[in-house]
Amino acid sequence: MIFEGKAHTYGRDVDTDVIIPARYLTTNDPDELAKHAMEDIDAEFVARVRPGDVIVAGENFGCGSSREHAPVAIRASGVAVVVAASFARIFYRNAINTGLPIVVCADAVTDAENGDVMRVDLSAGTVENVTKGKTYRSEAFPPFMQELIDRGGLLEYVKSRVGGEGA
Amino acid sequence: MGSTITEKILARASGLDEVKPGQIIEARVDLVLANDITAPLGIAEFEKAGFSKVFDPARIALVPDHFTPNKDIKAAGQAKKVREFARKHQIVNYFEVGRVGIEHVLLPDAGMVAPGDVVIGADSHTCTYGAVAAFSTGVGSTDFAAAMAWGHVWLRVPETFKFVYSGTPSPWVTGKDLMLHTIGLIGVDGALYQAMEFTGPAIEALSMDERFSMCNMAIEAGGKSGIVGFDEKTTRYLQSRPDGSRARTAGQVFASDRDAEYSRVLEIDAAAVQPTVSKPHLPSNTAAAADCADITVDQVVIGSCTNGRLHDLHQAASILAGRKVHPDVRCIILPGTQDVCLEAIADGTMQTLIEAGCAFSTPTCGACLGGHMGVLAEGERAVATTNRNFVGRMGHTGSEVYLASPYVAAASAIAGHIATPEEVGAAKGGSR
Ligand code: SF4
Repeated sequence: MIFEGKAHTYGRDVDTDVIIPARYLTTNDPDELAKHAMEDIDAEFVARVRPGDVIVAGENFGCGSSREHAPVAIRASGVAVVVAASFARIFYRNAINTGLPIVVCADAVTDAENGDVMRVDLSAGTVENVTKGKTYRSEAFPPFMQELIDRGGLLEYVKSRVGGEGA
Repeated sequence: MGSTITEKILARASGLDEVKPGQIIEARVDLVLANDITAPLGIAEFEKAGFSKVFDPARIALVPDHFTPNKDIKAAGQAKKVREFARKHQIVNYFEVGRVGIEHVLLPDAGMVAPGDVVIGADSHTCTYGAVAAFSTGVGSTDFAAAMAWGHVWLRVPETFKFVYSGTPSPWVTGKDLMLHTIGLIGVDGALYQAMEFTGPAIEALSMDERFSMCNMAIEAGGKSGIVGFDEKTTRYLQSRPDGSRARTAGQVFASDRDAEYSRVLEIDAAAVQPTVSKPHLPSNTAAAADCADITVDQVVIGSCTNGRLHDLHQAASILAGRKVHPDVRCIILPGTQDVCLEAIADGTMQTLIEAGCAFSTPTCGACLGGHMGVLAEGERAVATTNRNFVGRMGHTGSEVYLASPYVAAASAIAGHIATPEEVGAAKGGSR
């Protein structure tokens, strides 16, 4: 899968409270959540973001709460992929489980500036900064996670495991 | 090479003789939980995937604690979804308002967690139960939905980061101070993906309530879990849980081998730790409380899943007894459970706190996440015994949160600025 869009850059430790503030957690409707994506760190984000855009951030992206509303809000806002130097643990799981593509690529993060055009090739494992004319290798997913992604997410995997009993 | 306590628990749960860090396992879960924010999303996923029954209605806990008693119409709708699902699937451990408490205080106190258990919860502070020598970790709503159907969870076996606390902390230094100090040392991703194992004489000397409060904040250092080894305090705590509960009747005790392998070992002299605060906007942004006397305070929050246990309220009351909350300060108490409230009534703690001018809430997350019951306005500042001080955590993005122990929070409520118990003239010794 290849995504191309403009970079929205942020620093390290972007937490789930700024990705989707708790005051909006009285719903789990993706479109409603998307209206407030990134609101407390970047009030203009929702007006600026275009389908296919890329969030580029430093270490520990998504730290804080377990709210799956965070990757859901980002994805529903139109963002195609998040590139970060590292991800917080629960956010990482949630992104994979909910189908938000994420990529670990510290070097691409260091060089990227707001508005740079980024091209992310998930299967090739590359991140390209088109504006700057540079290409970087991203970290590959462990095989089990790749299997989850290929099977269409965790619940599809679990369905195959519990078979007829629960489903 | 030996194994850590965490590796042993995960090996048992996955039916393997041993496991190694980095290995992906499918572990059987002993308890699966979610709250009124995370459960509705999980329930929707569960139903969308076409599952019709849960793996075990007795092993699921649904705890509507965040926006309850319902803060508004939307929150009421979410709570209703949880209630209806609980009825439909005959979930044994659904807790209605009046019986509900803050999940991470309620579940261990109700005896639902035994040593050696694997607990996953759609709430990041699920790591709290490591205090009873269990493995517990936070996940998202889809993981919760999957575990409800499957009774298992996929996990990457974490490396273990060992902390050794030597020395005797000074009287006003609590487990909370040790933890804030630790996060200050290693940073908010200092233990990313790892199990934090808390050991040493200073940990052995801590009350169970303070051990809960340390494990609670493992996530604030990026940790997957926090854990304290089993000892006679653990036994005493478990034996005082309700008759017939899991804590009384189940569980398996594991301990780290002497030759277990750790990703890192950090020695901390607990005697040198001062009453500590985390300044805005990261838990790792620590400073000595004594150096923050110029910080004025509009609101103080004492309680939450970090410090809402009886021992915490005793510590706060030992400072506030016979004194008054500063005229410019609102001091809000968020007790962990109804049992905590009842005990605080029985031993006079509630009266002490109310006479000092505190507002005593029903058990709810409320103000901790800027939900209700004490939301901050622009420009306002709070000292809170909670666990997060991110931008906007307790209200307006232009508000600020300082994290602290119950002692420092209570002293600050009296002084109207960040203060140590000594500064407000509290007698040495406090409530240990
Ligand atoms: S008290 Fe605060 S940190 Fe604890 S579960 Fe509730 S909202 Fe989360």
